[in-house]
Amino acid sequence: MKQIILRYISPYYKRMGMGFLIKFFGTIMDLCIPYILAYIIDTVIPMRNRNMVLFWGLLMLICSGVAVSFNIIANRMASKVSSDATEVIRHDLFSKIMYLSNAQTDYFTKPSLISRMTSDTYNLHQMFGRIQRLGVRAPILLIGGICVTFTLDAAMACVLLATLPLLGFITVYVSRRSIPMYAGLQEANDRFVRMVREDIAGIRVIKALSKTEYETEKFRDINKEVVERERKNGMVMAVINPSMNILLNLGLVGVILVGAYRVNAGTSEVGKILAFTTYFTIILNAMLSISKMFTVLSKAIASGDRIWQVLECGDDMQVIETSVMRTSEMEIASSKEGSDTGEKRTEQAEEQSEERKEEQNKAQKEAPIEETICFDHVTFSYLKGGEANIRDLSFCINKGETLGIIGEIGSGKSTIVNLMMRMYDVDQGCVRISGKDVRSYQPKALKAKFGVVFQNDTIFEDTIAGNVTLGRELSEEEIQEALLYARASEFVENRADKASEALNIKGANLSGGQKQRVLIARAMAAKPEILILDDSSSALDYRTDAQLRRGIKEHFPDTTLVMIAQRVSSIRNADHILVLEDGVPIGYGTHEELMDNCEVYSEISKMQTGESM
Amino acid sequence: MEQGKKRYSKRTVLRLGRYMLQYKWLLAFAVVCTLGSNLFSLIGPKLTGLCIGAVEPGPGAVNFSEVFYYAAWMAGFYVASAVMSYGLQVLMLTISRKVVYRMRQDVFEKLMSLPVGYFDVHQTGDIISRISYDIDTVNASLSNDLVQLLTTIITVVGALVMMITISPKLVLVFAFTVPLSILITKYITGRTRPLFRERSAKLGEMNGFVEEMITGQKTLKAYGREEYTLRRFNGKNKEAVDAYYRAEYYGSIVGPCVNFINNLSLSLISVFGALLYLAGSMRIGDISSFVLYSRKFSGPINEAANIFSELQSALAAAERVFRLIDEAPEPADAEGAQELVEAIGDVKVEHVSFGYTPDKTIIHDLSFEAKPGKLIAIVGPTGAGKTTLINLLMRFYDPNSGRILVDEKETAYLTRKSLRKAYAMVLQDTWLFYGSIYENLAYGKEGASREEVEAAAKAARIHSFIKRLPQGYDTILTDEGTNISKGQKQLLTIARAMLLDARMLILDEATSNVDTRTERQIQKAMLKLMEGKTCFVIAHRLSTIENADLIMVVNDGEVVEQGTHKELMERQGVYRRLYNAQFE
Repeated sequence: MKQIILRYISPYYKRMGMGFLIKFFGTIMDLCIPYILAYIIDTVIPMRNRNMVLFWGLLMLICSGVAVSFNIIANRMASKVSSDATEVIRHDLFSKIMYLSNAQTDYFTKPSLISRMTSDTYNLHQMFGRIQRLGVRAPILLIGGICVTFTLDAAMACVLLATLPLLGFITVYVSRRSIPMYAGLQEANDRFVRMVREDIAGIRVIKALSKTEYETEKFRDINKEVVERERKNGMVMAVINPSMNILLNLGLVGVILVGAYRVNAGTSEVGKILAFTTYFTIILNAMLSISKMFTVLSKAIASGDRIWQVLECGDDMQVIETSVMRTSEMEIASSKEGSDTGEKRTEQAEEQSEERKEEQNKAQKEAPIEETICFDHVTFSYLKGGEANIRDLSFCINKGETLGIIGEIGSGKSTIVNLMMRMYDVDQGCVRISGKDVRSYQPKALKAKFGVVFQNDTIFEDTIAGNVTLGRELSEEEIQEALLYARASEFVENRADKASEALNIKGANLSGGQKQRVLIARAMAAKPEILILDDSSSALDYRTDAQLRRGIKEHFPDTTLVMIAQRVSSIRNADHILVLEDGVPIGYGTHEELMDNCEVYSEISKMQTGESM
Repeated sequence: MEQGKKRYSKRTVLRLGRYMLQYKWLLAFAVVCTLGSNLFSLIGPKLTGLCIGAVEPGPGAVNFSEVFYYAAWMAGFYVASAVMSYGLQVLMLTISRKVVYRMRQDVFEKLMSLPVGYFDVHQTGDIISRISYDIDTVNASLSNDLVQLLTTIITVVGALVMMITISPKLVLVFAFTVPLSILITKYITGRTRPLFRERSAKLGEMNGFVEEMITGQKTLKAYGREEYTLRRFNGKNKEAVDAYYRAEYYGSIVGPCVNFINNLSLSLISVFGALLYLAGSMRIGDISSFVLYSRKFSGPINEAANIFSELQSALAAAERVFRLIDEAPEPADAEGAQELVEAIGDVKVEHVSFGYTPDKTIIHDLSFEAKPGKLIAIVGPTGAGKTTLINLLMRFYDPNSGRILVDEKETAYLTRKSLRKAYAMVLQDTWLFYGSIYENLAYGKEGASREEVEAAAKAARIHSFIKRLPQGYDTILTDEGTNISKGQKQLLTIARAMLLDARMLILDEATSNVDTRTERQIQKAMLKLMEGKTCFVIAHRLSTIENADLIMVVNDGEVVEQGTHKELMERQGVYRRLYNAQFE
């Protein structure tokens, strides 16, 4: 939180200072009014001079006028500052999130990033505004109020002052107690929402198994728990207001009693007791808004910390000039995973970097020019220190060739794509695209070589054409061509607005097969050097799938194609087929070769084409 | 239109009232507390005035017995008022929690009784926001605003009465300031309401954009669209922040203005009070009481505008909740509906036509028969048709015309519960809930023993995997299911189906998430599961259904061909083309 204030609020110190100053004078004016009231009663009235009464009355009006205009100006300045600061924070946070590496995104998880971006920045925005508006006013009213009461009558003010520590104690005690309760409530609430979400997702199963009554009972328990926690939490928080009221009002009674003695002794005047009662209301209200500020502040501090965690993330995927990976990057990457494993890993990395350097240099010299994708003894795992997801994988694909990848779920097929595009960095070995280590490319230059459809890829809420271009500068012709070769034209032409047809969130108004074809068009539109289709024709029927593959070969002869599939028929014509099992290559060759020498492959193939049924 | 809306919200108010009135005794008690706490605190300033009046005679002449007398009363009233106000908050919390509990329970029970189609067209997020945020809004408003409103009325009326008793002439000051404050708040809220609405709309827009872009982050990175997305975001961000500022620009006037009017009244009261005192018709203590009452009086009037706008948003939320509660549930079972007991599994579909909406018929005049123990396959490209058939068999929907018979009994006259119990089902979307593996497997069969569950898991070839987990069958499946793969999830649902003893089985792409080798390994298990059951299988891989007794080919929602594999291959139609495409 401190860092956020330093970085994002300090540029506004000047404007905020001005605002505070204006606010300060406005608030002082507010405080003057009861002071004048006391003066009228104690000094002016005994003079029995009507004109003087009117004069001082006019002065009160002027004070009110100045107070209102100063406060409005200050409030508007505060709004402007908080809006400007929030805009910058949001911009920086969003930009940071967009450039986070996939490993970092995995670490934070997407839902958490979304809530940091939405509700946490909102909390900060609210807090900035409120602290500026009330943060000055309430303390000034409180301190000013107390000061004025001291100038009025020190003895009476002491009575008032005596209640304040008690008030402070209650506020702090209650909020201390409520924070863990609030956390527990939040947890129960999460469980509550999860259960509703789960049941909606599984409604067919629940109904089919006639479990609705069981679920209703289960819901009753969680519902009760949430409600009970909310009630208990509320009861604790409800203590603050009445106890403040009691304390301050009893303080008032004390002031009157002390005042009575002092008036009797001739050391004070009645008008002062009168003014005291007015200041009391002001002080009471100030205390209430300060206690409210505590809750806003504690919420905002939590939010600020969550935002800062993202902002302070280092860049764990730096571009390196030579193809040698420095250990410092490993450190950055590993420090995210927790410090204890980090140290161990650095040592490991140091040992390995030496051998790697040699290997890489050797490999680079040997690399022929037309090779497009080359994996050189690659080992990688998502969970550092965990089991490897890819182990010692090597292969080379030349320009214009097709690579098919097949294997069980979780065997590492999609991981290969992730490494190729440098979504993650390899642990050992290296990945080369067009003869250069992926780590030596500028990210943009590397990505520009690819057209890719991921498993369960995203359709955005945009037009069909917008989904194909994704904001890239592509001509109308290129879009149409891409739709045609992706076999999407057939259904796009039947839409009312053709390619300008708007798609719903996640493409809800398209069928599974239609979505995949739009995604494929997106991948082909910029005529990439490498086209990657990760299980992206699974919703297409066999015929369309076959036509699509033929189209790609025909129209993109120079494009290197990587296809990941569950169907043997999708990849059987590929120049190279890679068979994976648990991250280990267990077969590599053409369809015919694999049918002869890879038992797993021939088994899968026979099974799918029905020979063994 | 406006009229209709009003009547609608009146109904909403009445319905909300009914929820509250279930706790009428607590509610009555709450009203007593409100009255008490406010009246007691209203007496405070009067006593303060009397107290100061007793001090007034000045040095040496202070009437101490009177001062102590009134001071004791003051303390007593303030303590009583605070105690009652705490009691009131506790009561309102209790009532509102009970109402929330009841409403949530009502919504959930309704969710459980809605036809499944409801969930196909309504966003889960929207339903969740009704059952949590909307109900919370209603409840916050019930517990705060009602008390506030009551407090406001009591305070304003009480303060006015007290002020009139002190000095009717001085009250005339309010004839000027009250209309002024009403005018100002009206003007401000008129200006700000559309601005606040725009503020939420813009914020919602930005949040939606952020959610979509972060979800698709990997794709955006793959295409190097980070800068482009950031540029688009900057636009949305600017709009959201500007809308926020515009709303605050006017919104932030309210506080100072309220203060101004208070100060204005105070100034006027001071001047006129002083003049009245000079004229001899008012005492110093009276001015003090009057000033305190005037503060109590003008505060709530300005608050009232806020309360009304909050009440309005609560009513809007309540309407959304009630609209969900009012959704038509699945039609009740026909009168005198029979229980389907020990079904043999003879399913007959006779001239069934069906469409989700009246204008679009999806199934036209479909007839077929599935004898006990036979295998019926449904194939065709992805689309609505295949799943629709399942929906009809399970009676998630009823056909528009024609009928479906099980064991010669028309399903329309069977209880849904017993009919559904006769089916076991494995769907493409695996559904597992947060709970242990054991609970998930035994879900369909209450009181299934550990041995039974393990036997089913063994048959589904998932037992050894479960055993390898640190907690075995007691491993908790987390919502993201990160500790388990898609294929393993599918195996768990197959094991769950194995535990049911149903005569009919529905497999909707049940093995699509299982890779071919695993599929082969569980083949035996699947065959065992299918043994002796009437099976309806939806499949992509045609190889798996070649030996079905009947294959139905669905295209564009219509059954275009039906017959055995051999018959269909001879026909040279859609099926043959689909089949051959596998080998291209």
